[in-house]
Amino acid sequence: MTALPPFQTLLDDHAADVMAVLRGAVGRADAEDCFQETFLAALRGYPKLSDDGNLRGWLLTIAQRKAIDHHRANGRRPLPVAEIEEPGGASAEPELDQGIWALVGALPPKQRAAVALRYACDLPHAEIAAALGCSPAAARRSLHEGMKRLRRELA
Amino acid sequence: MKVELERLADRAAAEGLLDVAYATVDSPFGPLLVASTPRGLVRVSLPAYDPEETLEDLAARISPRVLEAPARLDAVRRQLDDYFEGRLHEFDLRLDWRLSKDFRLRALRAIDRIPYGQTRSYTQIARSAGSVRAVRAAGTACGANPIPIVVPCHRVLRRDGALGGYGGGLPMKQALLELEGVGDA
Repeated sequence: MTALPPFQTLLDDHAADVMAVLRGAVGRADAEDCFQETFLAALRGYPKLSDDGNLRGWLLTIAQRKAIDHHRANGRRPLPVAEIEEPGGASAEPELDQGIWALVGALPPKQRAAVALRYACDLPHAEIAAALGCSPAAARRSLHEGMKRLRRELA
Repeated sequence: MKVELERLADRAAAEGLLDVAYATVDSPFGPLLVASTPRGLVRVSLPAYDPEETLEDLAARISPRVLEAPARLDAVRRQLDDYFEGRLHEFDLRLDWRLSKDFRLRALRAIDRIPYGQTRSYTQIARSAGSVRAVRAAGTACGANPIPIVVPCHRVLRRDGALGGYGGGLPMKQALLELEGVGDA
């Protein structure tokens, strides 16, 4: 385990990415609040983190959690989420889009995290695995199960 | 992004999550890195040193919650500016001494009491720190001073008046003494 770098390096390297992901997930107007919440939560947990070499994945995991919290708190509002790619072109249907984060939020934790990291944060399987602390195969499975369940509930 | 980051530093400080705040301050010798904790100024890193290494060292020894937060170092910056302009003779800053211990801490506290424009010998510092024989250790304490300039280790010379050593290089030590009006330094 290597020593944790000064937190500022995380901001220097990843703040722009986190902001971009949050803008995609919650919209420009609310991204700033989620950004603050994300980095305050990260600061809180940082000294106890064991640096597994994927600080970016860790930050993006926190960001997606904050985005989901945000959507939960604003459950009834139309959501500016265009990131979820449903095979049937679902994002073209606003009604479907509206509730999708609520459905994602209702998934079991691993599936929820895998789905959000894949589609809100656009992480590849290997990084999802690192962020979740599991093997890439397990990450793929969680993602698959999560998507299957979402499709079932949307059908 | 600048506004967001300033706001983050403010909120982190308000929630007790900003353990080490740092900023860069211009000086006649090049950029200084200054860092403070909620207790006070903890580190001044001279231009001769790599700021990245200094920050990594602070992360390892104090806390990895290290953020660039210039607003929290305004008083330090102002006083350093005034000092380099010759307008300020005595720093009025709270210091966090946690990076020094035992003999070195005692030596540095003795150095901290040397008035502006005066000098002491390594031997005198060793004596003040409680061990007249520890002249070499007094020199080491100067070399390891985490808060140079503010804790004025540049005012410590060899007994024969020779400059001795300085972490920022002897030309800087000489220039600081000249700034303070110490003759023939």
